[in-house]
Amino acid sequence: MKLYGATMSWNVTRCAVALEEAGAEYEIVPINFATAEHKSPEHLARNPFGQVPALQDGDLYIFESRAICKYAARKNKPELLKEGSLAESAMVDVWMEVEANQYTSLLNPILFECLVKPMLGGTTDQKVVQENLEKLKKVLEVYEARLTKCKYLAGDFLSLADLNHVSATLCLFATPHASVFDGYPHVKAWWSGLMARPSVQKVAALMKPSA
Amino acid sequence: MAPMKLYGWVVSPWMGRVRVCLEEAGVEYEVVPMSRSGGDHRRPEHLARNPFGEIPVLEDGDVTLYQSRAIARYVLRKYKPELLKEGDLEGSATVDMWMEVEAHHVEPALWPIIRHCIIGPYVGRPRDQAFVDECLGKLRAVLPVYEARLSASKYLAGDDVTAADLCHFGFMRYFMACEYAGVVDEYPRVKAWWDALLARPSVKKVIAGMPPDFGYASGNIP
Repeated sequence: MKLYGATMSWNVTRCAVALEEAGAEYEIVPINFATAEHKSPEHLARNPFGQVPALQDGDLYIFESRAICKYAARKNKPELLKEGSLAESAMVDVWMEVEANQYTSLLNPILFECLVKPMLGGTTDQKVVQENLEKLKKVLEVYEARLTKCKYLAGDFLSLADLNHVSATLCLFATPHASVFDGYPHVKAWWSGLMARPSVQKVAALMKPSA
Repeated sequence: MAPMKLYGWVVSPWMGRVRVCLEEAGVEYEVVPMSRSGGDHRRPEHLARNPFGEIPVLEDGDVTLYQSRAIARYVLRKYKPELLKEGDLEGSATVDMWMEVEAHHVEPALWPIIRHCIIGPYVGRPRDQAFVDECLGKLRAVLPVYEARLSASKYLAGDDVTAADLCHFGFMRYFMACEYAGVVDEYPRVKAWWDALLARPSVKKVIAGMPPDFGYASGNIP
């Protein structure tokens, strides 16, 4: 399989984590935004929105990182989705949605201000960072309560819901704001467990944070 | 078998998303109405169901779920799995892709427009036209992709309706009732797809509880 995009993008590396955990054979093929490669006909055939990531598996092209992650899991490691169990798959789905809508939605502006903007010659807007960190703390309170009850987010089993958090969190740890986790011991323990996984170690090594 | 319970206010576009899936799946369910202006979603009994303090929430026996797309998937997986195509690697990936597209490219563009243009006047919020224009720009960037997609197949993931189409319902319902609906009308395949969704019995039933002004003009504030 080919995963198109740069390893600086936490949307791309979200897929890399899933592909690694699923034990899929894949290579990362960079797309050069500086030369507008993302708008080339070749790339638009893979992702009609001209974005990354995109995945090619034979004749099949998939875009949207979380759809790619689910495809990788379904194909090579379906236990990460638990689709055979109504109750368990429901919890995986809930926490995959929470990752996107409650967690990464707040990390995105923080990571943009701290990691991307300086690279583009801009200045970090600390007000935006602080506002989103405060919102993130409220979310982490919920995570703390959840991870006090269960070992992982969807239950006592590792799932794609946990894994989808990794790439953006790795980037958070490249900013000065990783200490936001300090008030939440179960969240920290969950994160340490994820960090120790060989798949996560491998993706962490691939990423080149700009800060 | 006790009917499922769906908590929330029926004018919510997120409730609409879930209810269309419940109706399509032919599931027996009851709506437990909640008051947004009364802050029901922030009360302890609701936080016990959804610690993020949001609606909709679904209760099905021992299972309590939140996040509208997770609820939609659960309901369809249980009662109408063909709308998710989960047995089919390529089909399920296509359904997932277009659900993600809606989540990241459509809802975030439509919701601010709906808030500013439909709701805003009723709650005394001045319209931020620059922000509305920015969101319209995002929508205009996305519509040609939809037009191309819907020229290749009747629905987003093939020639039959799937969860991907249904998940667009709530936000499209309100956007198409606002002054900018003409933006979509410029794209004949997208317009035809929307009209086809509107013709579905499930959609007609759910729309009946979703007046285009969220109930503000008649005093039925959610």
